[in-house]
Amino acid sequence: MFVKFGVRNDLKVAIIQFPGTNCDIDTYRVFTNELVIDTSLIWHEKDVDLQEYDAVILPGGFSYGDHLRAGIIAAHSPIAKQLKKLSLRGKPIIGICNGFQILVELGLLPGALLRNSNLRFVCKWTVLKVENTNLFTNCFESNSLIRMPVAHNEGRYYVTDETLQDLERNKQIILRYVDSSGEVSINSNPNGSVSNIAAVSNTEGNVLGMMPHPERASENILSPYSTNDGLGIFRSMALSLEVMLQK
Amino acid sequence: MSKLESINLSLTSSELEYIEKSLQRKANLVELTMIDAQWSEHCSYKSSKSLLKLLPTKGKRVLLGPGYEAGVLDVDNGQILTMHIESHNHPSAIDPYGGAATGVGGVLRDILSIGTRPLAILDSLRFGNLDSTNSKWLLRNVVRGIADYGNCVGIPTIGGELSFDSCFETNCLVDVVCIGVGKRKQLIYSEAKNVGDILILLGGRTGRDGIHGSSFASKDLEDEPEDRSAVQIPDPLMKKLIIEATLDALSTGYVSGLKDLGGGGLACCLSEVSDMGNTGVEVDLGKIHLRESNMEPYEILISESQERMLFVVNPNNSTEILKAFDKYNLPYSVIGKVTDSKNVVIKQNNKIIVDLPTSLIANAPLINWPKTKPDHLNNISHSKPELPSNIQETILKVLSSPNLANKSWIFSQYDHEVGTNTVIKPGESGASVMRISNEKFIAISVDGNPSHCYLDPYNGAAGVVAEAMRNVISVGAEPIAMLDHLQFGNPGNSDVFWTFNETINALSDFCYYIDLPCVGGKVSFYNEDAKTHEAIKPSPVISVAGLIKGSHNIRTRKISTSHPVIVLVGTTFDELGGSEYYSVMNNKNSGIVPKLNFELEKKAQKLVRDGIKVGLFGAVTDCSKGGLVHSLLQMCMSGDIGASVDLSKIPTNCKRWDDILFSESHSRFLVTIKEKNLVNLLNISRNHNIPVSIIGYVGGKDLELKNNDDVLFSSEITYISDSVYSSLSKLMDDAV
Repeated sequence: MFVKFGVRNDLKVAIIQFPGTNCDIDTYRVFTNELVIDTSLIWHEKDVDLQEYDAVILPGGFSYGDHLRAGIIAAHSPIAKQLKKLSLRGKPIIGICNGFQILVELGLLPGALLRNSNLRFVCKWTVLKVENTNLFTNCFESNSLIRMPVAHNEGRYYVTDETLQDLERNKQIILRYVDSSGEVSINSNPNGSVSNIAAVSNTEGNVLGMMPHPERASENILSPYSTNDGLGIFRSMALSLEVMLQK
Repeated sequence: MSKLESINLSLTSSELEYIEKSLQRKANLVELTMIDAQWSEHCSYKSSKSLLKLLPTKGKRVLLGPGYEAGVLDVDNGQILTMHIESHNHPSAIDPYGGAATGVGGVLRDILSIGTRPLAILDSLRFGNLDSTNSKWLLRNVVRGIADYGNCVGIPTIGGELSFDSCFETNCLVDVVCIGVGKRKQLIYSEAKNVGDILILLGGRTGRDGIHGSSFASKDLEDEPEDRSAVQIPDPLMKKLIIEATLDALSTGYVSGLKDLGGGGLACCLSEVSDMGNTGVEVDLGKIHLRESNMEPYEILISESQERMLFVVNPNNSTEILKAFDKYNLPYSVIGKVTDSKNVVIKQNNKIIVDLPTSLIANAPLINWPKTKPDHLNNISHSKPELPSNIQETILKVLSSPNLANKSWIFSQYDHEVGTNTVIKPGESGASVMRISNEKFIAISVDGNPSHCYLDPYNGAAGVVAEAMRNVISVGAEPIAMLDHLQFGNPGNSDVFWTFNETINALSDFCYYIDLPCVGGKVSFYNEDAKTHEAIKPSPVISVAGLIKGSHNIRTRKISTSHPVIVLVGTTFDELGGSEYYSVMNNKNSGIVPKLNFELEKKAQKLVRDGIKVGLFGAVTDCSKGGLVHSLLQMCMSGDIGASVDLSKIPTNCKRWDDILFSESHSRFLVTIKEKNLVNLLNISRNHNIPVSIIGYVGGKDLELKNNDDVLFSSEITYISDSVYSSLSKLMDDAV
């Protein structure tokens, strides 16, 4: 179980809102109530310099109604262009669900997110294995099993075999869907993702895309298992930032 | 012949006479089209209004009851809960995807219109049996329509219920409940009360979709392809933006009235806001943003294009409000103003084309239909099916009925987590629970039982209310209000109208007795088979909301060894008419429907509420569809653990094991307690004067049913959940 406090109070986190984003407030509530971090909701047309923030979250939802292809219109918005610069400077960026789709469309993460293999929207709690600990997962032990829900139509992560090998080698696979005993299996894969991949990072490790929703798994009362593993993702990022900023 | 002259109006000759007499002139065709839309059964309630008055609508928490956009309840600390139910049966039968999606869109707008943010959606669905490809097609696309719309708007669909019966083969029922939360001081009415205020139409462009939608819903469903134009086109992204823009606009405090455009479009919206505000309105059709250029005035007035809201605003304050709309790049137009004429005046090119008193449009003459008791109710057989020789096989056969099956195929397509307030999720209990503050939670259920209501309209309907109440009580809530959605055949059929009347009597009697106010509802007539014109089974659907204070009071049906003793509250009677068991055994339409004994029901509910309050119970569930055995299995599957139950310990007048297991008698709950609390339980039972019986224990991997020491049934829980209760997923996954 993750405690609420214990991060420095001068961190600034931005949550970007596009038309159709619908997990913005949920994520904001976790950052402000559970982590007590100074967090701003930023409407995509607002004239701001994202470089002023220590980290940026692209929350889930249906930006632009998923028209054309999930995430692609948001990826062409002016604010999204700032994300590339931010990423180059090594600042943490998390894309959750639709945010992951946007990061893939932006080219900040490899691969593509295709229609679920059963061709249906899927909303359910999943068991995830922490494959690699990095700045978003260092609160967890490596290989630990955590629980978060997924809710998406296009969550089937796809990369070529070659890229998959690169991802493995560079330790970019952060979370995998597994069964309750920790085995990677067909039944535990909710969407048909290659190699049961649920979350990946870029090679530098500062950009994370994940289909599961950590903000929905950050309070025990919302979890059928009385867990708050999702908070571990955000807390890992906050603690890592603390270390980064001290340097 | 112009297009207008060729359209079919539903107004009767006596209604036309009444209009001419009131106006002292003949109404023109555009005027008649407006009146036709507002006087449709869907908008006017002309057949049901006088009977609906029998329902109790007042209560200590009720701020607004029926007749408003939504029921409004005071849930303390300045917070309000709003709730409403809508159906989209006819559109869904023709275009299941669009019909169901716009059904969700419509009820979301009702909750928004009263100034509250939608919190959650539930749906109650009825289809024909799944051996028909049409039923599968309808189910698949209705669910996808609800999912795509609700998921995109970002309002969680948190529960509901579903059943199958051949009477719904061509006329499926798609009912959607929405609840919302807000602040009492931000409550807003759908009225235009200040003369000089301007009318702003926000949102989607007005097009030709949904023309005659409300009239279409108010007549029998015929297989006419041109009816497709009566189905509206959904745009959930626009709806999401409208919700945010509307709430932003309301927070300025400058909106003096707000109404959504639903059935009957602008025609109904304008007459209702001016009638409620006791004013008139003047609107220029040329100002309305249209999707198509050459629309006739009548088409603009009765179009049911989606995602539109009408704001009534003081012109001096409009800048702030338009700023909120501009933020989301939403289209809007200032279409007219509030006048003191008490008339709805519509202009086009500076010519008045409609000039009608609002009171005339808004108040259709009521109809009182003749009533006769249907013949089938006088000839109900009391035959029982032969006692099955193979108990094990029979139990598994009943449990594999799609009516009882696990519904995860459906709710896994709904985003039930968005909003991060869903505490009890779909499938976890008979009701779902939403958080509305750290210490306050809302439980909400929706229930129906067409089989009971067909054989005994009175006990069937009262029983549905009781079941919906027991479901919210089982998760730890105090029931505070209900919504009724009454779905019947053609009211002109005297059998149908008798049954409708009987249903209202039952709801009224029981709700007054148990002190449960009805804060809203809907009536949908003309639901019948497209080919045979036989009415659907009477289908009242009831949604009950309950309030829970403190998360420690929340319960589910999940059993565990922490509370190992299984206790049955209540008595099991030999009343299996309309039961799932009889339906599976092909003994339909026979037997006595469970009677609702009001006094017993009240006592059982009180006992369980008191037991939860003092922390006595671990898991709680009610017994209803599928009987005791179904409830027991649901408890075991939720807890992923077995149980052993001795049928000889069950108080009953049944003489056969099948009757005991499958009886759907009311006023029963299953609860679990700790061994050391048995004495307390017996004391509570004595105080409440209702039987409680220790019938078994939690443990092991199997559900075992015994008669003293004889084992009648034993099966592994994982086998049942994987192979028996998965029938719905299997049927739907195998379907093309």
